[in-house]
Amino acid sequence: MNTLEFTALVGAGSFVAGLLGALTGLGGGVVLVPLLALFFKVDIRYAIGASLVSVIATSSGAAAAYVKEGYSNIRIGMFLEIATTIGALAGAFLATRISSTAIAIVFGVMLLYSAFLSRKPRSPKERNLPPNPLATRLKMNGSFPEGGGVRHYNVQNVPVGFSLMFGAGTLSGLLGIGSGAVKVLAMDQAMKIPFKVSTTTSNFMIGVTAAASAGVYLSRGYVDPGLAMPVMLGVLAGSFLGSRILVETETKWLRIIFSVVIAVLGLQMLYHAFTGKI
Amino acid sequence: MSALMSALKNWDDQRTETFIGNLLRAGVLLAASVVGIGAIIFLRKYGGLPSDYRTFHGEPEQFRTIRGIFHEALTLRGRGIIQLGLVLLMATPVARVVFSIWAFAAEKDRMYVAFTLIVLAVLLYSFLGSGI
Repeated sequence: MNTLEFTALVGAGSFVAGLLGALTGLGGGVVLVPLLALFFKVDIRYAIGASLVSVIATSSGAAAAYVKEGYSNIRIGMFLEIATTIGALAGAFLATRISSTAIAIVFGVMLLYSAFLSRKPRSPKERNLPPNPLATRLKMNGSFPEGGGVRHYNVQNVPVGFSLMFGAGTLSGLLGIGSGAVKVLAMDQAMKIPFKVSTTTSNFMIGVTAAASAGVYLSRGYVDPGLAMPVMLGVLAGSFLGSRILVETETKWLRIIFSVVIAVLGLQMLYHAFTGKI
Repeated sequence: MSALMSALKNWDDQRTETFIGNLLRAGVLLAASVVGIGAIIFLRKYGGLPSDYRTFHGEPEQFRTIRGIFHEALTLRGRGIIQLGLVLLMATPVARVVFSIWAFAAEKDRMYVAFTLIVLAVLLYSFLGSGI
């Protein structure tokens, strides 16, 4: 395969990765890392460098639309980024001290279970919760466009969500991938934030979490321009399309896509753990 | 000047959202244009050669530091220009955090100015610690 063909194929694969990443709030890495490593036989370190680029591209590309259209909640995002960025530093610190294989196994099993949980739509009772004092003080409650109107929501369980976000940051520092899944789950399952707001706010946040480790990967020589170029351009185009599709798609379908993608991510984690690739 | 003052007086959440959305879009489009220009130069030169990423060699020094990347980009080397575009992409979320401080200040939301400053401090700490 010559460089021109390689660039075109990786660009096409990255387009799909960006599309799914923008729809699920997970970033492009979930699709991209196995695609590059298994199909294109790219060394895992170059694949992780390219994945980092793809996460920032998906996040910034789709967030532009999500923020302007009122889906992402920037206050929830900013507040929780305190936990994810500090968590990412803790993860980088722990990386040389604990077994990442054990963590990948626990995380993989947890994702498979979450894939099962997050398929379920929320009950009407859970859609109309009373305001929570802490969330109100932190000005987290908001609204977003739904079915031609505007739907309000009240955020719950802030301390639990904040702790899970710290865990999400630690995981991204330790394993390089997967933090988007924990972000969406923390907002959706623990904080009871509507699904579209959870995925788009996760999408808004993952760029900053990834930027926190971008310097490290760049200086280690993981980011190759010839590989990252088609990844970035493809993912960006995919994320632009994804952000348009999300607006038109029913939450029910987004939940199904999300649960399939995190189930695949869970299996991928277990595969990496048992083949010793992490 | 007075127009700016009155604009700041009426600054609300929606303006912040529009502003941050536009900033992110400008950042990615600028980064993508730079990467695109680098891609043309790179592919014209290396397009027909085989590509192989099976073994990890690590990038050479000039693609691992900001100074090296600028040097390569200014001498119009394709890969140097691509790498410069990638650095612009990585800087976009950081710029978003910096300008959020300004936007929350315009909304007179001190609590969120403080939260955003904490995030920025952690980001800068991790960037400076990486030695790029």
